[in-house]
Amino acid sequence: MLESALVVELLKLLAAGMLLVSFAMLATRRIQRLISLFAWQGAILFLSTLLVAHDAGLTELYFSAALTLALKVVALPLILHKLVRRLDAQQDSERLVHIPATMLAGLVLVILAFGLAQPISQLATTILRHTIGVALAVILLSFLMMITRRKAVSQVIGFLAMENGLFFAATSATYGMPMVIELGIALDLLVAVYILGIFFFQIREQFDSLDLHHMESLKEE
Amino acid sequence: MILTLWSSSAAVFAADRELATAVSIVGCWLLLAAAGMARPQNIRFVARLLFPLGAVASVALFCVAGGFLLSGRTPETMTIALGLPDLPFHLRLDALSAFFLMVLGLAGAGISTFAAGYFRSGEGTAPGLLGLHYHIFMASMALVMLADDAYLFLVAWETMALASYFLVTSQHRMAEIRRAGFLYLLMAHIGAVAILLGFGVMQGGGWQFTFDAMRGAALTPLRATLAFTLAMAGFGAKAGVAPAHVWLPEAHPAAPSPVSALMSGLMLKTAIYGLLRVTFDLLHVRFWQWGLAALVLGLFSGLFGAIFAAVQTDMKRLLAYSSIENVGLIVAAIGLAILFAASRMPLFAALALAAALLHVLNHSLFKSMLFLTTGSVMHATKQRSLGKLGGLIHSMPWIAAFALVATLAIAGLPPLNGFVSEWLLLQAFLFTPRLPQPFVNMLVPLGAAAMALTVALAAYVMVKFYGIVFLGRPREAALKEAHRSNWLERVGLAWLAAGCLAIGVEPQLALHAVGGVTGMLVGQTVAASPSAWRIAPIAPEQASYSGWIFLATILCVFAIAYLAVRLLTHGRARRSPPWDCGYPWQDARMQDTAEGFGQPIRLFFGSFFWMQVHLPSPADEKPSYRVHIEDRFWRALYRPVAAGVQRAADAVSFLQSGRLAIYLLFSFLTLLVLLVFAL
Repeated sequence: MLESALVVELLKLLAAGMLLVSFAMLATRRIQRLISLFAWQGAILFLSTLLVAHDAGLTELYFSAALTLALKVVALPLILHKLVRRLDAQQDSERLVHIPATMLAGLVLVILAFGLAQPISQLATTILRHTIGVALAVILLSFLMMITRRKAVSQVIGFLAMENGLFFAATSATYGMPMVIELGIALDLLVAVYILGIFFFQIREQFDSLDLHHMESLKEE
Repeated sequence: MILTLWSSSAAVFAADRELATAVSIVGCWLLLAAAGMARPQNIRFVARLLFPLGAVASVALFCVAGGFLLSGRTPETMTIALGLPDLPFHLRLDALSAFFLMVLGLAGAGISTFAAGYFRSGEGTAPGLLGLHYHIFMASMALVMLADDAYLFLVAWETMALASYFLVTSQHRMAEIRRAGFLYLLMAHIGAVAILLGFGVMQGGGWQFTFDAMRGAALTPLRATLAFTLAMAGFGAKAGVAPAHVWLPEAHPAAPSPVSALMSGLMLKTAIYGLLRVTFDLLHVRFWQWGLAALVLGLFSGLFGAIFAAVQTDMKRLLAYSSIENVGLIVAAIGLAILFAASRMPLFAALALAAALLHVLNHSLFKSMLFLTTGSVMHATKQRSLGKLGGLIHSMPWIAAFALVATLAIAGLPPLNGFVSEWLLLQAFLFTPRLPQPFVNMLVPLGAAAMALTVALAAYVMVKFYGIVFLGRPREAALKEAHRSNWLERVGLAWLAAGCLAIGVEPQLALHAVGGVTGMLVGQTVAASPSAWRIAPIAPEQASYSGWIFLATILCVFAIAYLAVRLLTHGRARRSPPWDCGYPWQDARMQDTAEGFGQPIRLFFGSFFWMQVHLPSPADEKPSYRVHIEDRFWRALYRPVAAGVQRAADAVSFLQSGRLAIYLLFSFLTLLVLLVFAL
């Protein structure tokens, strides 16, 4: 049996790791490394959910943790890796929008997120209440990543990372969402990746590239 | 599937058998729709098996609804726990819905039988899909009439619009058909929004959307008038009342003929049903001003439709305008009924309402027939333009005979059914006693004159239609080889023709059925018939009609003429080209054309049209003549609205940069702003 204080410290450490991974994702050029980082983010999420489940003694959260492990650490990264291989996009590196500027914007977002989380943290009673700010920051950083990327695959990873942040926020604020909703979201994610995978092939077929700026030509005059 | 199971179990446990049977027929149609998807490419399976089964279901519906109506039973209700949780579907079968279901069954049976012989593979959508849309269309029309709450009504209504949209665009590879479909869908949606708002006004503040609650809601006169206006706009858009008629002449030619027949013969009637349901059943008060508005609108679209039909050169556009005319007459009759009902003259209200209902029934029969015959003609000749047809009575005698019955009926000639309803409507106009409003009192005879003009023009249009298509000489060489229709098409047409003749000769039964409805809506039926063979709606000494006398006279005259020709000529009769007039060098191109037939109307009513005429100069080497006619409403109403929408869209189109990152930025900023606000 672990001490509660120790658990809290561990959780804070994990949250910090999560934030770090998010920043790393924001700055990575290589798609394969992006996928690995996403898997790491999932792993951290899994560990923290497991710790919370252990501490709060909620069996439901164990299931959530198992789901996270299966889906976000194993299944989705595997699918994405396979997809990238099939698309011959391993070596793709992106021209990003000036990394230092993005990092600075990210910092501003983190500060904003902590400010926003302040009143929510005071209401929450959970063990993780201090990390709500981190969860919010992860969401915003993932969103920022989607905005700065131009390749379709990295946009999808950004979308998935955003969901990770949401999940983290849910466990932080209220010990997770109801099981039904969590299952539903898990299924949605799988389906979304599936459909987006099909879209990748269609986009590549149309434009001979996965670069999304080609899609600007679809705009109606 | 679930529906049928449910309804069959309901049939066992509940006493209301007619309603349960009607619901199971709807279920049957849905099953047939699904069955077609089992082998979607197999035309024999879909057309030769499923469509006739659908026709059998229609006959069953006709029998059930007719039986319910004639036995004069009390309304039956039923609740089905489908749809959203806590919001079950309420169904109700009363005289009004039974009458319209009867019309649906009667005309639907003929149309489905015809469709079984008409659809062939390789024409647009796969047969299975066509069967799916077709039967869902039928089922949704029946559900519209059975619905007893606004929720089910609108679900069925929108299903009907969607199913018919897919039917209209079944040959979606042609751009103009897609355009026609879009226009139809747009008008259907605008209408549906008006109906939705109308139901919202009628719930009376209790947020109860069952029709029972609406019947009980005490609305202020202003709210009631608002509800009526919205209903008139919504149902008018679906029925094709001017100025919301523009989709009809586009959608009907685009659709396959049985679909045009269904839409014109039956779907327009669901709108009439809705109008009657709202005006006479759901709203507890009626004001004479409403009646006047409906009367004026109806007469205008009647006259408008007739005039435009007279100048058309495309068979199906002509029939579409003729539908506008007929719906106009029906709406005018309803307006008259409202006027009388609001002035506490139930007998005359019943007479006008009976005329409207009977015309609904009749129009569903003869207009379906006309659309179906154009379908046969199009299949046989690949032609839709009147200018390239002619003389088809020789190569397609059966179709010509059925078309003749339908043309005579729609032209309002005895002893066919069109006469009965138009005669009743004229009675309602002419026997108008002193209405309390002197101004209206003066206006009603004017309306009678307008109606008479409309009916006469309609007859003119039909002479043109029949004369150009079937009589005279073939205008193209290929027409001589036009192949015949198949037997299923003929059976379908014969069923409808029998209906036309039966109602025309023996209108008592139809009037009895209508009496049930008028009894429910205005508490009065038209006067009982003085004897079994004639009808007299007001009093026998004023006016009466007997189809038998007309039929006997016509048969006698025909027999005498036939015998006289046979006996007196002694086989010296010889065949010569028709309309030759003794002029030896006349060829088929010198016959009167569709444009020529419409020319006097174009001249008299020139102000109705927006016209461009190109006349050749006398010195022209290659003279050509072209006339382009357009609806004035396009320029006066629709184009400005469309341009306004376009301008508004352009004004915000800078938001659409085409860059995904920018779009994501929009969401991101929205999220941030909302989060900061939440702080």
